[in-house]
This record gives sequence, C-alpha cells and structure tokens, in this order.
Amino acid sequence: MGLTNHSVGIKAVDSGLVIKKLSPDDKVVALAGNPNVGKSTVFNGLTGMNQHTGNWPGKTVTNAQGYCKTKNHNYVMVDIPGTYSLMAHSAEEEVARNFICFGEPDAVVVVCDATCLERNLNLVLQTMEISKHVIVCVNLIDEAKKKHIKIDLNGISEQLGVPVVGTVARKKHTLDDLMQAVDQALDTPSAPLSVSYPDIIEKAIDSISPVIKEKVQDKINSRWLSLKLLDEDASLIHEIRQFLGENFLEDPELNTALKNTKAILEKEHITKDSLKDMAVASLVRTAEIICKDTVKAPTKVYNSTDHKVDRILTSRIAGYPIMLALLALIFWITITGANYPSQLISNGLFFIQDKLTELFHNLNAPEWLHGMLVLGVYRVLAWVVSVMLPPMAIFFPLFTLLEDAGYLPRVAYNLDKPFKCCHACGKQALTMCMGFGCNAAGIIGCRIVDSPRERLLAILTNNFVPCNGRFPTLIAILTMFFVGFSKGPLSSMLSALFLTVVILFGIGMTFLTTRLLSKTMLKGVPSSYTLELPPYRRPQIGKVIVRSVFDRTLFVLGRAVVVAIPAGLIIWIMANIMIGDISLLNHCANFLDPFARLIGLDGVILIAFILGFPANEIVVPIIIMAYMAQGSILELESLSEMKSLFVANGWTWVTALCTMLFSLMHWPCSTTLLTIKKETGSLKWTAIAFLLPTAMGLLICFAFAQIARLFL
Amino acid sequence: MNTNLYANLSSLKPGEDAVVTALLATGSMRRRLLDIGLVENTRVECLGTSPLGDPSAFLIRGAVIAIRSEDCKNILIESE
Repeated sequence: MGLTNHSVGIKAVDSGLVIKKLSPDDKVVALAGNPNVGKSTVFNGLTGMNQHTGNWPGKTVTNAQGYCKTKNHNYVMVDIPGTYSLMAHSAEEEVARNFICFGEPDAVVVVCDATCLERNLNLVLQTMEISKHVIVCVNLIDEAKKKHIKIDLNGISEQLGVPVVGTVARKKHTLDDLMQAVDQALDTPSAPLSVSYPDIIEKAIDSISPVIKEKVQDKINSRWLSLKLLDEDASLIHEIRQFLGENFLEDPELNTALKNTKAILEKEHITKDSLKDMAVASLVRTAEIICKDTVKAPTKVYNSTDHKVDRILTSRIAGYPIMLALLALIFWITITGANYPSQLISNGLFFIQDKLTELFHNLNAPEWLHGMLVLGVYRVLAWVVSVMLPPMAIFFPLFTLLEDAGYLPRVAYNLDKPFKCCHACGKQALTMCMGFGCNAAGIIGCRIVDSPRERLLAILTNNFVPCNGRFPTLIAILTMFFVGFSKGPLSSMLSALFLTVVILFGIGMTFLTTRLLSKTMLKGVPSSYTLELPPYRRPQIGKVIVRSVFDRTLFVLGRAVVVAIPAGLIIWIMANIMIGDISLLNHCANFLDPFARLIGLDGVILIAFILGFPANEIVVPIIIMAYMAQGSILELESLSEMKSLFVANGWTWVTALCTMLFSLMHWPCSTTLLTIKKETGSLKWTAIAFLLPTAMGLLICFAFAQIARLFL
Repeated sequence: MNTNLYANLSSLKPGEDAVVTALLATGSMRRRLLDIGLVENTRVECLGTSPLGDPSAFLIRGAVIAIRSEDCKNILIESE
C-alpha cells in the first residue's frame, strides 16, 4: 500500500471489501499475482484509476476495485495483494487467498513477471485448481526482452489450457489484448490443465471428492477442497466454515470419509505436512516442465547492472553511509527547495489577509466577526499552507522516486540484522519508511510482516518516525533555533544534517522500544523470513511528480486545512473570552503550564499538541496563533520574526529541543489510532500505542529539561 | 571439486552456486521456501551478503531472495 488519497487519512482505515457492481450483469475479475509483478500498474491501466504503484513487494495490502468495459461485458476489476501461493502465511496473503477462493470472482487474471515466469506459474496452477476461468497475463514482457528471455506464449497456453497474453502494462494496446482474452475466456468453455499429484494423493482425493462434490455441488471445486481438508490448514478451515456454513464440517458422512482417507495416508506414513510438501513439489515440477520448452533464457538471467548496483548499495563499507547520505540528501533538497516558496506563499497569503481586513472595515463589519474569521480562521489556515505545503510538495515526490526505483527493499535488507537483534524483522524497515509519508499508511503496511508478534511490534513503534505532518514543524524549529537564517547552501546543509540526526534518534527509539517490547510484553524469538529484492526500475519521473502532488500532497494538505479551520476558531474564541482579567486561553495555558515546564515546554505548546491530535500539521500554527493572541506582535512575515515571537514568549534552545523531541515522541494522531484499532482489533494495543510513545516523550523531555536546568 | 553431502546454504559464498538437496525447515518457513520454488534439485546462486554479514541474497528461479543464515542452515545443498 502506498500513499494515495485512499491510503492516507481516514480512508486508510480499511473496512473490508464490498464489491460494488454498477449493474447486476457486471463480471467480477480478480487481478492476482506474485508480489511486485506490476498488478497495480495493470489495474490502473485497465481502470484508469490511480492505485499507488511502487517497486517493492507488499505495497498493495488491501483489495481495491475499479471498472472497465469491453465490447462484450462490463467488468469490476479487483486488485488484490500480491502472494506467492494460495497457502497463506501473512495477513495480506490471506486477503488475497480469501478473495480468490471465496470471493467468487467470475474470472481471475493471474499477472506474472515474464522475467521469472516459472516461479509465477506456481500461483497460476494453484489458481486454476479453484477458479473456473483463469487468464494468464505475462507482464513485463519488455523487461524480459531486455534480458534476452524468449517466451512462447502460445506454447504455454496450449499446455495450461487457458489463455496466455503478453503485456507491457504501460502500453494500453497490450491491455486491450488482455481484456479480449478475458471476454473470450468467459464466453467459451476451456479445458484447463489439472496438476497431477503422486498416486497416493490422487487416490486420497478420489476417495473423498465424490462425497464433497455431493455436499457442495458447484459452489466450490471439490478436488481442491478435498486436498485442503486433508492438509488441515487452520486459517483456511476457518474460512471454509464461514463460506459453507458451520454444519458442513460437522457432516457425519464427510467426517467418516475424511477419517478413512487420513487412515490410508497414515499407513503410507504421509503426515499433513508431507502431504503439503508433495503437493507443492508437484506444482513446482509441473511449472518446470511447462517452462522447459517454452521459456528460453540465457544462463545468467540476473541483471548484471542490478548486481553491480546492489554490490554498492548493500556493501559492507558503503551500505550504511549511502543510506544515511540519501536520507540527508532528501532532507537537504526539501529544506533548500522549501525556503523560497514558503516565503513567497506566506507573503501572498498575508497580503490577502490585509486586503480581507480592509474589506471587513469597508463593510463596517463588527470587530468580533473580523477577528474570528480573519485573525482566527484565515490566519491559521495561511500558516498551515505556507509552512506545510512546500516541504510536502518536495518531500513526497523525492520519496516516491526512491520507492519506485526499488531502493526500499534494500533498506530492509541492510537493516534486517539490527532488527533481528531486537527480535523483529527487516520488513519493519519497510513499514518505517512508509511512516515517513503517513503513520496510518505505515501501520496498514505492517500487514506484510508475517509473524503476528513482529507485526504488532512494527505497529506499536511506527509512530517514532515522524510523518509528513511533523517534518515541517521540525524543520521550522531547527531553522529558527539551531541553524540561523542565512540563506546559503551551508546553512541548509546544516539543517539537513540536524534533521537527519533527529530522525536517527527516532529510529534509535524504534529499535530501543522494539527491543524493550520483545523482552517484556511481546516476548518471542525472531521468526524466519524471506525478502524479495526486486530488479531496479527506472521511475516514471513525470508521473511520480504529478501523482505525488495531486494524490498525496494536496490530500494531506486538505486534511490539515479541514482541521485547521475549527482549531483556528477555537483558539481565537479562547483567546478572546475573558474570565476575570485574563483570557480563557491563558487560563488553560496557565493551568497546564507547571506540568509543561517540567518537560521543558510551556502551557501553550502543550495545548497546541493536544489540539493537534486530529492532525499534527497544525501544531506550529496554533502556537503562533496563541502567542499572537496574547501579545502585541501582529505582523509576522518571516521565520526570523517568528523566532522573535517565540523568544519573547520565553523560548530558549532547550524549549526548542524539547518541542522537537515531543513532536517526535507523543501520541499518534487520531487517524493513526483509528487505523491501529482496526488493524489490531484490540483496544488494549491501541491504548498501548497511545501511551508508549507519550510516556517515552514525557520521560525523555523531562530528563533533558531537568539536566539542562542543572547545568545552565 | 569435492562434493559435500552435508553442506548447507549458509556455507555458499558470493558468486558460488549449488543445488538444493533437502529442506529441513518446518512449518510456515518450509511452505514459504517451497512457494518461492525452492524444492529439491533447484539451483541456487549466492549473490552477496548485507552490510552486517546477514542475511544473504540468493538467486532462486530468476528472482533475488534474501534469507537469514539461521534459515540457510536448514537448506541442504550439494556444491559441485
């Protein structure tokens, strides 16, 4: 799952998939396939939608649907998570399996990677066992050609007995061919190949499938179901119960048949594990045989350029420095690039504010109305837009470029060892990277982690990486208090370095907390895992920029604006309702102040963090608003004036650092918490996800503030 | 060239290749390995290791897969 307007924000809370047909005759087609074969690109090409695509396994973790049309039919296309097989291991794979097996799609298109077709056929063969209409889409034909792999599509089609179409997802006409094949497959009967298993398994299947056939009729493939009931996959049995009803598995006739068959297998010393092994081996062998005559590949298929790049990016000496340098470089470009437009936007927006004020005066509007709408709502909005927009609009595309090029799995590969030392796994690094964009998206991304314990670790610690909503806060404070305002390459480089240090601190906290949890609440040993390192791909730069600006930046900004309006209003009202001599805002700030001082903040900053619960983006604007409402400074057009305002309100570098630390470590935003609730299904873990970073933040800020007080 | 019947995947050095003779892994890891096509008689090439020496990357049926050394120990190979 990437960051699109569907995956960032409240829509990130995945509420399952309900197929919405536009008319009852619509055909439902599932797009299945191994991870990272370009399913989402095919899906986008067919439906005209913008599911996020990225070059790393596991970015699609939920089902998505879209529509497309051919001469014969209207289709609902469903993009499902990538999976190597229908014998699921992780939550995202279960999503995929459940849809293919029990979602009753009219047809399944299995998208395969032409550069490693043989392995992909394993899933094709498994899908053919359950689904009546299977179409094989051999994608990335162009990449295969580059690697001098020759594929005889007709030959494969003949052997499989189902249509096989070669596609390059970016080329529309190849997708038209694919849909034509889907049309044909639905309208003409086919004779798909049935994988033959060793005799003993065939005998076992034969002995129970008639009984099953009688019970389920055509609802589900009885040969497939026979095999699955014999190998007793617990999560699958659960789904079967849901799909066919409680009574099905209690059926006495079925149970007798099952018992007898299992006895036969036992006599041959076949356990349910070895049964599974034999079944998978038959599938792999069948795929091997099919590819033997139809796929001609040079002996060294692995791309030598990729190999060279990998040797550098994952090398003992350069691996970590390059990771750090890339992180710092992204920050440097973001900070340097954001400086100028930030200034420009804020000048523009405050020019409009002056005009609005004039307008209100000319209309003889009451002072309170002007205060509320212009000084309250509009000003907070202006701050949110000018502080947040430029860094976001630069950071998102840069990050997407790295993602599309295929660098993220290398980060996971490099960081697996340290994560293993914390009893977790390298895939957590992938979810951490997603967190840079949006923590809610990062938490959904945790579905790629196989072991439930490690997945929970990844979910609980995701908040230690600052999301896009917190970056600009960090950058603004850094610039004001630690780097200074001279606009040169040196000062922005310094900012980038400082920011990198802050992020590294957050990552350090991720490791520390993961380790702490593994030793206490979530005890366990690191589980086994495999991680695929996909080939590097050249990102489509133009598309990346357009998509990340429209899908991510504007959406995230929109959410911030929606939250900023009521927040601006509340702050203004609080600042202007007088109780006794002082405003309500001051009362609240004064109330929180003693506590806030203990952790190096002040009452206003703490209020800002509390009001920023729905969206972290508005924390700094609220602080500014609150100070301005209290004080006399009314003009605020640059960061240096902003610093004067902060200093006038008692900020020192200690306050600045504590605010940054607290921004890095406090409660997750409301959307993130909702997502955690949804993903863990547990109030207890949601509460822990709230308390854990908050406690860490309070503790560290307290310790730092007290130590600083002693020495200064 | 010597043939060692009890060698496992973790002994494979970058650039070397071998044929898988048996999988000792159990449970979900076993299924995972089978899924990516790592059945008996599959040729595997070691491409490199990550900066801290673990995991290592292997070329398996045209795809690059990283596997930890503990898990490699459960994959027996025969190098020629």
